[in-house]
Amino acid sequence: MTSQIINVDKLSREFKGSGGTVRALDAISLAVTEGTTLAVVGESGSGKTTAARLILGLDTPSKGSISVLGQEITSFGPSQMRPLRRDIQVVQQDPFSQLNRRHTVKRIIEGPMLAFKVGDKKSREERVIELLEAVGLEREHLKRKPHELSGGQCQRVAIARALALDPKILILDEAVSALDVSVRAQVLNLLKKLQRDRGLTYLFITHDLGVAHYMADEIVVMFRGRIVERGTRSEVFDTPGHHYTAGLLASVPVADFTDTKAAVSDVIVQATPNKADACAYRSRCPIGKNLDDCASKALTETMSSATHGWLCHFPIDR
Amino acid sequence: MSNLIDVRNLTLTVPSTKGRVPVVQDLSFTIKQGEKLGLVGESGSGKSLTAFSLMRLIKDPVRIESGEIYINGVDVLKLSAEQFRKYRGSEIAMIYQDPMSALNPIMKIGDQIVESIQLHNKISKADARRFAIELLASVGIPEPEERINSYPFEMSGGMLQRVVIAIALSGEPKVLIADEATTALDVTTQERVLNLLNRLAEERNLSVLLITHDLGVAAQFSDRINVMYGGKLVEQGKIKDVFTNPFHPYTRALLDSRCDYTVDVNKPIRSIAGQPPRPDNRPPGCVFAPRCEHTISQCTSEAPTLRSVKERQVACIRVEELSVRN
Ligand SMILES: Nc1ncnc2c1ncn2[C@@H]1O[C@H](COP(=O)(O)OP(=O)(O)OP(=O)(O)O)[C@@H](O)[C@H]1O
Ligand SMILES: Nc1ncnc2c1ncn2[C@@H]1O[C@H](COP(=O)(O)OP(=O)(O)OP(=O)(O)O)[C@@H](O)[C@H]1O
Ligand code: SF4
Ligand SMILES: [Mg+2]
Ligand SMILES: [Mg+2]
Repeated sequence: MTSQIINVDKLSREFKGSGGTVRALDAISLAVTEGTTLAVVGESGSGKTTAARLILGLDTPSKGSISVLGQEITSFGPSQMRPLRRDIQVVQQDPFSQLNRRHTVKRIIEGPMLAFKVGDKKSREERVIELLEAVGLEREHLKRKPHELSGGQCQRVAIARALALDPKILILDEAVSALDVSVRAQVLNLLKKLQRDRGLTYLFITHDLGVAHYMADEIVVMFRGRIVERGTRSEVFDTPGHHYTAGLLASVPVADFTDTKAAVSDVIVQATPNKADACAYRSRCPIGKNLDDCASKALTETMSSATHGWLCHFPIDR
Repeated sequence: MSNLIDVRNLTLTVPSTKGRVPVVQDLSFTIKQGEKLGLVGESGSGKSLTAFSLMRLIKDPVRIESGEIYINGVDVLKLSAEQFRKYRGSEIAMIYQDPMSALNPIMKIGDQIVESIQLHNKISKADARRFAIELLASVGIPEPEERINSYPFEMSGGMLQRVVIAIALSGEPKVLIADEATTALDVTTQERVLNLLNRLAEERNLSVLLITHDLGVAAQFSDRINVMYGGKLVEQGKIKDVFTNPFHPYTRALLDSRCDYTVDVNKPIRSIAGQPPRPDNRPPGCVFAPRCEHTISQCTSEAPTLRSVKERQVACIRVEELSVRN
């Protein structure tokens, strides 16, 4: 098996609706190395969750291929996916709604083991306690139900449940977005520790660039269904090539008064982008707005190193 | 500058198995005309209840136990509901996190703004419509003459939040409360909406109370900041002073636990151990004592009051010692 535990090749997903076809994913390719974290960032609607659902085998692509743990899963049905489910788990955004409100914490964490008929009553109980400790909860929490826990505690329960079958991959879809700053810090520290201890691989989806920066080994930046930039953390944060990435980085409010930011206009720039433009970012791009190439010339990814690449005709140059 | 808002010793309670317990306790603060005050604190610290009190929207089972709220010199808690109606919208208005909850999904946005204008102003429909277009333009919506005929579902989240701001401005209030008003937005959209609020504050000499759990947003926007913990104000002062050199241990812990891209990725983030207190289980003495790194026995017996320290208000009995150490 390769060290690339997730491999996605030219993956597309279209949704047909009354308003026409939405291309939620447009030929994205990405690979995640075992034991590392790939952060996926991008604004609302850029296709992050769509990609996650495809990798989890919960949805079928329109085009392209996906392999997970060396197995080509692109056309797998639910029964073929089932054995893989043990190795690839997901934690979602809402701490409360992803847990069954009628079940106790014990039952919730035990759930996947029951579903896969793992072990006996005693060994499962031991495993639940072990997981509980791993996520920093106490035994007294076992009998509680989700509404008797705080948001951070619920998120820990969701993580414990996701770890119950000892998966190799965790997909975290905005898993810390609903949490308070201090609770979020606890959960992020926990995730890093679990990764170190267990060699877990994370696909970490977030719209929070600070969190992506803290967690990621590598980052992909998505915009309107395409990966517009990819690279290691420092490549993307220190020397972004795409104007969208640079714009995102400049908009992040930071509780630090050392650098003064350039003022941005408060007016909506452009509500309706031109669908025919080769670059979907063109209507918002400070450089490409008036350039013909950006409107008409097809984009292909330019790589500036083995890891750093972008989808832009006139990248930021330094 | 005079104090447009002056909250004095406000205490709110809720029922519990132990009788009525405080959820906001002895809260005092002011907002000057044209001033932008940030309000930060963990979930459950009492930020929204503070905002609802200013709007006189506190409902059962929450109750205002004591205190005064002066808006432009008038204690509005003493007014009848009828008398206060003149204040809501035209003296003080509020925008919420979810713009859709404030809008009627099946009514054109222009009609909604016109309706709100006519609620505050006895003017003709044509004049109200003109004013509505003006408001849409001032909140940065392009082509307002056409947009006025759009339905909510035809607009993006960022645009809808602007429409809600336009409605809030329709009574030409002097104070605007924004409760997590940019939390649901993209960073780029959020930045534009914050800049918009900033410009409105300047152009209209509007006072703004910005409630957020995002310390970066508070830092970027506010002139002054209130930090709440467990229903109490623990620190307040100029934003730059407080955020660059926090005096209260909670403020410092809160800033330490943030995760923006200035933090060292090779170290664990410093989080605050434990949980914030539940209203029915508040510790005696300082509410932060069970989680504080600097607790001494006095902290658990004596409730600290707000004290002035170098142009700041801090509720910590060790503030002099600890702030010198910084
Ligand atoms: N089942 C569906 N049917 C139709 N359109 C869909 C469906 N799922 C997603 N889409 C569309 O695909 C696009 C990408 O959506 P997706 O949920 O992947 O975005 P996202 O990046 O996860 O956004 P967010 O940050 O808001 O979660 C959006 O335009 C969305 O409206
Ligand atoms: N209707 C209610 N009944 C009982 N308790 C309430 C009610 N509304 C609020 N509380 C309690 O009052 C406290 C303060 O709530 P508030 O909504 O002001 O918090 P907040 O600081 O706005 O939090 P968040 O950041 O989560 O919005 C919380 O402990 C909350 O549980
Ligand atoms: S391709 Fe053109 S429009 Fe798109 S980001 Fe690059 S410069 Fe801007
Ligand atoms: Mg999503
Ligand atoms: Mg609130």
